[in-house]
Amino acid sequence: MVDLKVDVGKLHLKNPVMTASGTFGYGMEYSDFIDISRIGGIIVKGTTLRKREGNPYPRMKETASGMLNAVGLQNKGVDHFIEHIYPQLTNVDTNIIVNVSGSTIEEYVETAEKLNILEKIPAIELNISCPNVKEGGMLFGTSCTAAKEVVAKVRRAYKNVLIVKLSPNVTNISEIAQAVEEAGADAISLINTVLGMAIDAETRKPCLSTVTGGLSGPAIKPLALRMVWETARDVKIPVIGIGGIMNAADAIEFMLAGASAVQVGTANFIDPTVTIKIIEGIEDYLNRHGYTSVSDIVGALET
Amino acid sequence: MKKLILDLILKKNIRLNEQVYLLIFSSEKGLPEILPGQFAQVKINDSPATFLRRPFSVNFVDYENNELWLLIQVVGAGTLKLSETSPGASVNMILPLGNSFSFPDEKKDEKILLIGGGSGIAPLLFFGSWLFDAGFSPEFLIGARSSIHLVEVDEFKKYGNVYITTEDGTEGEKGFVTDHSILKKRNYDRIYSCGPTPMMKAVGAYAENNNIFCEVSLENTMGCGIGACLCCVTDTTQGRVCVCTEGTVFNIEKLKW
Ligand SMILES: Cc1cc2nc3c(=O)[nH]c(=O)nc-3n(C[C@H](O)[C@H](O)[C@H](O)COP(=O)(O)OP(=O)(O)OC[C@H]3O[C@@H](n4cnc5c(N)ncnc54)[C@H](O)[C@@H]3O)c2cc1C
Ligand SMILES: Cc1cc2nc3c(=O)[nH]c(=O)nc-3n(C[C@H](O)[C@H](O)[C@H](O)COP(=O)(O)O)c2cc1C
Ligand code: FES
Repeated sequence: MVDLKVDVGKLHLKNPVMTASGTFGYGMEYSDFIDISRIGGIIVKGTTLRKREGNPYPRMKETASGMLNAVGLQNKGVDHFIEHIYPQLTNVDTNIIVNVSGSTIEEYVETAEKLNILEKIPAIELNISCPNVKEGGMLFGTSCTAAKEVVAKVRRAYKNVLIVKLSPNVTNISEIAQAVEEAGADAISLINTVLGMAIDAETRKPCLSTVTGGLSGPAIKPLALRMVWETARDVKIPVIGIGGIMNAADAIEFMLAGASAVQVGTANFIDPTVTIKIIEGIEDYLNRHGYTSVSDIVGALET
Repeated sequence: MKKLILDLILKKNIRLNEQVYLLIFSSEKGLPEILPGQFAQVKINDSPATFLRRPFSVNFVDYENNELWLLIQVVGAGTLKLSETSPGASVNMILPLGNSFSFPDEKKDEKILLIGGGSGIAPLLFFGSWLFDAGFSPEFLIGARSSIHLVEVDEFKKYGNVYITTEDGTEGEKGFVTDHSILKKRNYDRIYSCGPTPMMKAVGAYAENNNIFCEVSLENTMGCGIGACLCCVTDTTQGRVCVCTEGTVFNIEKLKW
């Protein structure tokens, strides 16, 4: 029997496979298909201080090996989450992690404070990388000073595990990662979606209401893998790999590049059972290669 | 209703015209309960240009013969690939998804009209068969560009009167569905519609002006079909909601289109 358990700082995962925010709802959406408690961690929908309607339709366009989305953080706000959704999640036997977003530093801090007191939420993931909102979001994730400031302020207000999710829409990812580490993050997750665009030539109009949107899926995997590899070399805190993971081999590649754990996003839309297949596939890989623990393959890339 | 992921086997692939195919599937495990208006998210095999699943309304379910029908209009790479599926092939689907048309009350003498256009006629056949089996007398109004685009008319006739409009007048009355004379002659109690958005808007306007109960089934670009991605929104009196879970069927009173 191989050991699939991994620790991301003080966060204990029964296996390294989590679900990426915005692609797995609140978990319940998938419970007809799988036992969601088998997943290492569920990162729920992007949550903000106040209710957000998100962007107008159309919000999605399929592209080669991926999709562009412009959802724009539609959610009912953190108070609604605490009152109505959290109680339904407390008996799910895995880590429920809330993805937090905001337009101002104060909003991030206030939202994190409200989540701090929830016993069954062991961590938050600070989204400083959403490309689909006008203010805040990605702006915090593309400047070292801004990233440092928001992470430091949330760090003071939030006592549990603080994961910071980085944007790939930067020239030097290591720089941002190091700034976030210095500011007190416990772990880094990357990547969020890549800023992209699609046009309908027939109508001469953009395909998304917001013109640009966030690209996800296998199309971004090589980029994500490179960024995870660069980041993992340059920070000491654990790194969580995200971007185009469709199967166990993809997940293992991220771990070899230095990720302690992974998140699966868009793949859930195509196969709602994919997380379970990835967990089983990782176990099979470890057995085949004679590893006893999943942590043995973290950063085991032979260059 | 519990959503399932099923591998269905294609029994028959019938070409109905240039662009429209009727695919008849069977399920080794039997078919789950499916309501009229619900849809399936279909995985397209071996189509590298098609990344996400594609949504299709359930066209008909025949539990006795273990059959599920999809009516496919070829518009792009995914539908083309699906139309080329050979009998015996297995196709993966997530179903049943979405809400359903709301069933009329017990009053069997209610005058019910189902209005469809294009591939939007698909869910209306299944709904019509339900209404008929439950003792109602539904009628159908089908619109097409031209007579060659009309499909499944004989199937609809099994469950009630069929009225037709074509834009070029090659069959039935010339014009759009809302131009059909039956709308002036009969006072319907309920109208249900599925088809291109401009058609449904015109139907909705007619129903509203005449104070008729009206439900429409909306199309939308779908990422997941199960309420997880929030890509498929429409604006309603209750805010911006997901068409795949709160719909696809909406009462026109709720819609802000
Ligand atoms: C709930 C629901 C039920 C549906 N039921 C049926 C059905 O029973 N039979 C049927 O033939 N079709 C149905 N459709 C439409 C069908 O899903 C699309 O035609 C299909 O996804 C197109 O895939 P493609 O790969 O062939 O085309 P793509 O290459 O994806 O697109 C080709 C062209 O079709 C347009 N298109 C793509 N998706 C849609 C869409 N959802 N609605 C309108 N235009 C679209 C694109 O803008 C593009 O111009 C339904 C859609 C929804 C949302
Ligand atoms: C429809 C959709 C909604 C998303 N919403 C969020 C969000 O609210 N917060 C966030 O941090 N990331 C969000 N993401 C980004 C994903 O969590 C993930 O970082 C990205 O999709 C890359 O992974 P993938 O290729 O496996 O999907 C969203 C992605 C998609 C496709
Ligand atoms: S298609 Fe994903 S929420 Fe409706």
